[in-house]
Parts: sequence; structure tokens; C-alpha cells
Amino acid sequence: MQEILNKLIDRYAIEPIQENRHNQAFVTIEKNRLPDVLTWLRDYEDYTHLAFITAVDYPEIEKIQLTYMLHNYILHTDLGLRVLLDRTRPEMVSIHHLWKQVATYQRELREMFGIDFPGSPGLQENFALEGWKDIPPMRRDFDTKEYSEKTYFPRPGRQTHDPKEYMKEKLYPSAKEDK
Amino acid sequence: MDNKEINNTKLANEGLSEQDRPLFCDARPQSYKPLGKYVEKFLNWARANSLWILGYGTGCGAIELRPLMTARFDMFRWGLAPRPTPRQAGVFVIGGYMSVKTLKRVIRSYEQMQGPKFVIGLGSCTINGGMYWDSYNTINRLDHYLPVDIYITGCMPRPEALIAGFNKLKEMIKAGETDGQNEYARNFDWYKANQKKIVKDWNMPDYNW
Repeated sequence: MQEILNKLIDRYAIEPIQENRHNQAFVTIEKNRLPDVLTWLRDYEDYTHLAFITAVDYPEIEKIQLTYMLHNYILHTDLGLRVLLDRTRPEMVSIHHLWKQVATYQRELREMFGIDFPGSPGLQENFALEGWKDIPPMRRDFDTKEYSEKTYFPRPGRQTHDPKEYMKEKLYPSAKEDK
Repeated sequence: MDNKEINNTKLANEGLSEQDRPLFCDARPQSYKPLGKYVEKFLNWARANSLWILGYGTGCGAIELRPLMTARFDMFRWGLAPRPTPRQAGVFVIGGYMSVKTLKRVIRSYEQMQGPKFVIGLGSCTINGGMYWDSYNTINRLDHYLPVDIYITGCMPRPEALIAGFNKLKEMIKAGETDGQNEYARNFDWYKANQKKIVKDWNMPDYNW
């Protein structure tokens, strides 16, 4: 693992590196260099398997983070490449020429997070949300409970408890009487 | 819900394009008029003993139908059998949570089924949304979109619960209490408005027969 990380640092001057386990690490890189690094890792360093692409929304720093997870079948190591995108107009280079199946992931990310991948085949086709008009549902400023309540005819009678208060009452019933 | 008389106006089929519209049916669903008392009683007995389940697994509840079908619980003992096509099926088991995308297919399959047809809501998700009650993509109450004859509670209900539900359904059919098909025909506009409220790209006929 350390070997490939050293190579990455030498070749692309990549910092910072987050090593989670002896066989798993994450690196953050600039978005324009991602295709270079991915091509090099796939063709020279045996990271032939793209396990998944996923996104995390960070409204606090106005960024969306994409993670490309690669697997090496010879060394059995995982390498995650992270890219930060601007949140207002997220756009990323499509890598469907490296792995054909990426187009499906990119379709999903377009629908769930509103990330644009120009040139990706079938990007505008429906993935799961057919005819969705609201803001993309996996964005964290999308209130799923509010949307559900105004759309899906909630059945009355559902009870919710504040977990903290509920457990306090259940575990220490005498504390309430003292007040 | 209002139980007014059926109006016989043609359906608009606004989801279809101009050239497709003449190709599809624009009639409303018709309600079933019972025959004579004793004939109907005999027919209900026959219907109750010949239930064909549409083999359409919606949501995770479909997994409970597999042990029910196979040797451990063996639903064939109760005269239940799966059919692969809605045209030959009479019972629709809605297995648990239903996403909007699935609901569109479910409506289409339900409307294609031959009457008399029965709907079983399986699991708590069909009753009030279950653990997915606040999800952006799953419905909360099935009875706003399809007429449900019987609910089986649980998350997940075991095959024993399903058997009990099917037996209860049989009793209801024999007693002539299952009126789902007619309810759907009577309140067609109400059901259709609810369905169209959430299925946003309605690109099929209003009534898929």
C-alpha cells in the first residue's frame, strides 16, 4: 500500500493521504487530474476494478465530494480517489471511456445529487425518480420528511418520542417527580 | 371518498401523444353486477378456492412468498398458485414498501387483471409507510391508490401470517365482502387523481385495459 502511495506522491505530488487500514487509503486530488490518475492506476498499477463512485454533500463548505473506489486484485488493496466539486454548479469530467459501466453511476449521481457529467451516454435518462421536479433528493438541504408529508397522504396516529426524554422518563421515573 | 354513480364519459388519456391516443382504450372501468343470490354464492365459493397470485414482487415482502410457495409452508395446500401474467391472476400481493416507480407498474398491472380481483397489502409499509414513512420516494398509504381488501401487518409478516391472511380473504370472498373492483370503478376519478399526483411522468393510458 505504502508503495503505491509513495508513487502517487512522487508522480502527482498528491497530498493529503488518509490511510484507514493496511490495505485501504483515500487521497484527495484536483478534479481535472482525475482522468490521468485513474488511467495510470488502471493501466500500470493493476487497479483494474472500479468498485463504485459515490458522492457526499457538504453544504457547510459549499462542496460536493466524489469518491472513486478502486480495487487491486493482485495486492487486494483499495484506493479511493476523492474530488471536491463546487456545490452551486457541480460538474465533473466523465470517465465512461475508462469503464463502460460508469455511465450508469453517473446517471444516478446526476439524478440524486444533480451533478453534471458532460458527454456521458444516456445521462438525462431516468434512473429511479421518474419525472422528478424538486431539488435532487440526496442533497442535504432537501427535507425528505416535509416532502413526504405534503405528497404521500400520511396516516394520522403515528407517535414519535424524543429519544433523550423518553429514555430519561423510562430509566429514571423518580427524577420527574422531584421537579 | 364519495360513492357517486359512474359517469360514462371517455377518458382524456392526456399522458399519451396525439398519434398514440386512438390506439388505446379510453373507456372507464366497469363495475361488476352480481348475478342472482344463489348463483353469486356459488361463484364466490368457486372464486375463494381458486386464487391465483400475480407473481410480481414489490418491495422486500416478496421474499416471504418464496417459503410460502415451497415445501416448508406449501401454499398449494390452500389452493393458491402463482401466475406470471396479470391477465391470468386474481390476487395482487403488494409486498411491503412501494416506491413511486413501482407504483406506476403496479397500477398498470392491477388494471390489466381480470375481475374479480383482490389486493392484499403485506407489511406495515402498505398501511402507513412503515419504517419508510418519511422517505421521499415511497408511498405511505396504499389504500389511496388501489382498493385494498385485506392488510397483513408485520415487518415482515411470517408465512404463517400470510396463510392466515389468505384464509381470511377466502372467508371474505365467500361472504361477498370483497368489493375492491367495484370500489375502484366507482371512485375511479379519486384514485386516478391520487395516482397522478405522485406519478409525475404519466405516459400511459388513464385506464390500462
